[in-house]
Amino acid sequence: MNLLDPQGPVAAANSTILVDSVFIMLAIVVPTIFAILAFAFWFRASNTKARYRPDFVYSGRVEMVVWAIPALTVILLGGVAWIGSHQLDPAAPVPGTGSPVRIQAVSLDWKWLFIYPDQRIATVNSLTVPAGAELNIQLTSSSVMNVFFIPQLGSMIYTMNGMVTKLNLRADNQGKLQGLSAHFSGDGFPDMMFDVNVVSPLAFPDWVTTTAKTDAVLNEDSYKKLMQQGIEKGRPTYRLEDPRLFDLIATQHIPPGPGPELVSDAGRPHSGGHDAR
Amino acid sequence: MPAVPTVEATMLGKLDWSAIPLDQPIPLAAGGVVLLVILGVLAWVVVKGHLPYLWHEWITSVDHKRIGVMYILLASVMLLRGGSDAIMMRIQQAIAYQSQGYLPPEHYNQIFSAHGTIMIFFVAMPFVIGLMNLVVPLQLGVRDVAFPTLNSVGFWLTATGALLVNLSLVIGEFARTGWLAFPPLSELSYSPGVGVDYYAWSLQISGVGTLVAGINLVTTVLKLRTKGMNYLRMPMFCWTTLASNLLIVAAFPILTATLAMLLLDRYLGFHFFTNEAGGNVMMFMNLIWAWGHPEVYILVLPAFGVYSEVVSTFSSKPLFGYRSMVLATMAICIISFMVWLHHFFTMGAGPDVNAIFGIASMIIAVPTGVKIYNWLFTMYGGRIRFATPMLWSVGFMVTFIIGGLTGVLVAVPPADFMLHNSMFLVAHFHNVIIGGVLFAAFAGFEYWFPKAFGFRLDERWGKVGFWFTFVGFWVTFMPLYIAGMLGMTRRMQHYDVAEWRPWMLVAAFGMLLLTIGVLAQVTQIVVSIRNREALRDRTGDPWDGRSLEWATSSPPPVFNFAFDPDVRGEDAYWALKHHAKQQQLEDHSGPEYQDIEMPKNSPTGFVCAFFATVMGFALIWHIWWMVILGGVGAFATFVVFAWRDHDEYVIPAAEVERIDRINIEERRNLVSLAGTL
Amino acid sequence: MTMTATLGHAHADPHHIGRATEHPGPAPKRIVTAYGFWVFLLSDIVMFSCFFAAYAVLVDQTAGGPKGSEIFEQRNVAIETVCLLLSSFTCGMAGIAADVRNRLWFYLAMAVTCVLGLIFLAIEFKEFADLVARGYGPSRSAFLTAFFSLVGCHGLHVSAGVLWLLTMMAQVFAKGFRADVLRRMMCFALFWHALDIIWVGVFSVVYLLGGGA
Repeated sequence: MNLLDPQGPVAAANSTILVDSVFIMLAIVVPTIFAILAFAFWFRASNTKARYRPDFVYSGRVEMVVWAIPALTVILLGGVAWIGSHQLDPAAPVPGTGSPVRIQAVSLDWKWLFIYPDQRIATVNSLTVPAGAELNIQLTSSSVMNVFFIPQLGSMIYTMNGMVTKLNLRADNQGKLQGLSAHFSGDGFPDMMFDVNVVSPLAFPDWVTTTAKTDAVLNEDSYKKLMQQGIEKGRPTYRLEDPRLFDLIATQHIPPGPGPELVSDAGRPHSGGHDAR
Repeated sequence: MPAVPTVEATMLGKLDWSAIPLDQPIPLAAGGVVLLVILGVLAWVVVKGHLPYLWHEWITSVDHKRIGVMYILLASVMLLRGGSDAIMMRIQQAIAYQSQGYLPPEHYNQIFSAHGTIMIFFVAMPFVIGLMNLVVPLQLGVRDVAFPTLNSVGFWLTATGALLVNLSLVIGEFARTGWLAFPPLSELSYSPGVGVDYYAWSLQISGVGTLVAGINLVTTVLKLRTKGMNYLRMPMFCWTTLASNLLIVAAFPILTATLAMLLLDRYLGFHFFTNEAGGNVMMFMNLIWAWGHPEVYILVLPAFGVYSEVVSTFSSKPLFGYRSMVLATMAICIISFMVWLHHFFTMGAGPDVNAIFGIASMIIAVPTGVKIYNWLFTMYGGRIRFATPMLWSVGFMVTFIIGGLTGVLVAVPPADFMLHNSMFLVAHFHNVIIGGVLFAAFAGFEYWFPKAFGFRLDERWGKVGFWFTFVGFWVTFMPLYIAGMLGMTRRMQHYDVAEWRPWMLVAAFGMLLLTIGVLAQVTQIVVSIRNREALRDRTGDPWDGRSLEWATSSPPPVFNFAFDPDVRGEDAYWALKHHAKQQQLEDHSGPEYQDIEMPKNSPTGFVCAFFATVMGFALIWHIWWMVILGGVGAFATFVVFAWRDHDEYVIPAAEVERIDRINIEERRNLVSLAGTL
Repeated sequence: MTMTATLGHAHADPHHIGRATEHPGPAPKRIVTAYGFWVFLLSDIVMFSCFFAAYAVLVDQTAGGPKGSEIFEQRNVAIETVCLLLSSFTCGMAGIAADVRNRLWFYLAMAVTCVLGLIFLAIEFKEFADLVARGYGPSRSAFLTAFFSLVGCHGLHVSAGVLWLLTMMAQVFAKGFRADVLRRMMCFALFWHALDIIWVGVFSVVYLLGGGA
């Protein structure tokens, strides 16, 4: 999950900006730290060779320089931020080979549901994508906020109930990656890690065909069961009954997920998540 | 409330025996130990007959110095509590690899929420407010703050908040939502327990206390300055106090309003931030960070003030580029209100908004950088004495500059797209808050301790404490930067990723060093109290100081100064000492001492806080009759206070003279001693 | 002269800023109190601005419930506004009466202020009660949530003001026009006028803008 080992163009650009910014700043920071230590050492009271200058309290030239150094650094980095924000806007297209794959991600308590509306399938905690294709991801949440993040593909984004956020990514190399939720969402939060299988563009249709053969069906009823609080250790797959399911969730036609079941009305209800584990 | 409330429900609200976590040994044991310690201390106080002394000299005191000391004491005790939370978290993350560790999620989640809440609101805030209370009136050359009784109210309300947070250890639970309690997770549907209520009511009550302190200090700096103390002659710490308290006055009402909205959602079914009926969670994010970002500067600006005082004193030089520093302080004060959105770049606000807030966040680094350079040039040409406060300051400069680097890094939106909410971020804000605020708190503590108590702290243990804390900090938090670069996000109760594990182990070891550092400082205090006669500061000026707080005795008399100091320039006391040396001592004959009027002690603050505690507890547990009782009690307290006929007492001129003569004699010895050198 | 009262000139002005006007020393108590209270009022206005902001964000989130124009009654609001503006005037009169130590006029003006405040509160309470009775309580929609909290927050402030007003009258009755009582009276007047200003904001943003649509 190393951020400096990107597997797609977005992550590559993100980490390039990250590394460049660090080096731009290190160019200032390292000499400054050195100067702090050097001044502190040289002007120690016991050093008789150091000249005591109690009246050196203002110097226009020094002031000029000390305002200019951070200001120039910030102007440079501000440019990086401005250009980077526009080029790497999560909603900006990331052209790829072949036709883009539409994915609709829903964060549930406490698992990820990935809907492939065009392929009429859905998966939980496992995202399979073809290498090289543009991934158009729409995201929402069934209940509380989460953040969708695949470190090696770059750019994370929030999921919120009743709202849709957009993120475009591309995975360039086949292999297994990991994704996670990067915003605390309750007791089952650490188990919201999910697999990302990047397969070859040729293998992807095969995977879709295999998955579509499953008996399990995702419709409103099974979705409502799925959104109950709990942890999913397996990697279930579904046939998608209605490709508009995501819109029903995002527009709150399916009401938000329930919280913990109340066992007693005392101060410390036992959460469903704790029991489910 | 249910339709037909039972007697129990009416009398006790939601409270019943299941609120005591008998099934959870760790919080129960922790709470039990704390309870025993408190009872032990109380018993000792009563048996030894110290209660009247405590009541008259401390609890009801409206003396800014005493209140400042109590703030710092509260902060120190809470530091131990928040530190214990930190130790537990580091151990959990060190062992919870492919296992559940020793803390189940519902407990771990309370711990990190409590850790953040306590460290910000009940350690950092009271520490800096305590230092400001203690020092600023002395530096301004006045006898007290603008509103002494309100000052006491403010302190006791802060203590109430801290008490409620700690009560949640043994009665009920604390929030399991993180220290900012983002909805919808913190809404009733997803957090039905009392945890969030404990969180919100303690912050509401202590928030009122903080607001009172803020109003008080703003008024003090702007309206109560001694003769000749023009704005541009104020010590740097007074400037940063002004800026910080302006931020308190402008930002804390936002927190009050935001938490009020959350509470209305939870108690009365409103829809500010709910998923249903059109509530808007993004509004919470915006509001809470509109308070939250200035809050960072509320903490760090006074810290900068402490460093300015310490670096200048121990370099035996005036602060370099004083006016530049003032400008930088006020610039930070204003810009800090224009950057809040950088806390949620990843919410999809769009490239223009992200870029503008990113650049604004970087701009704030300019005045901060200027400050670093000005301290650097204050050291240049100085005669630096490496007493403990100076060690903390140099340690701060080296540490903080790295925190600044990573801060500017996460202000670059594309970089933040990968680092948001990660362990990298955790490392960053600990880097600036420990390296910036906590180091300053320790530096200020060592620096002004002799002023407050009349004896210095043991240097050897102080240095041991510094080195362990300093090294411990780096060993704890550098691994977290790396874990963040490896994709690790914050608040993980357990994880299965092998590459994170080693760094968690290193961080846990660092935590051990930090703990030794804190223990060394506790030892330092004990040793110093034992050796206090040897460490006695008779002159009132142990560090060869430059500002007016060193012009009076240690500890200062209740009236601070026998005469209003007359200031003619910057570094008022330094100039005074030099003048005295040149003149070979003034003729002290014939100062005409006058009666001094000082505000009377008042139990208002304590009583008011008692009712606030009752009311807060009752609100948390839905015990409505008790809420009304608390409210009426608090109002009655104020009416009784308003009815008093004499709020001041007179210290006769003879007594003033007697006290002041002692100090003058000591000081004369100091100056003649210095003259012979 | 003592040491603290004397200063040298050698190092007094290291930055060569030059002689500015000398600061005359601490301000008198009356100024300090009023200044502190002003600062408090500013912070209170910041708090109100959060509720205004929340109202602006949530005003269109009616969730199938009523819009503002369907529930606001301009006539009542007009009466409320007149009451509050008049009460500010009478509060000013009370302040003048206190300054000239005229008890009769002071009590009279304060009593009228109190009655006007109570009329305002009664109308507001009735408006709220009617809405809740029609099923348009604050839980109905985010818009109503924001409406009730903004207007209700102002109403709570007026209630606190009335309580304070009565306490002030009792204080003058018991203690006379002492310096500390007069300082409190000045703070009360500032508070009451500030509520008026906030009401102008509520009136414009909520009732005028919302009523027309």
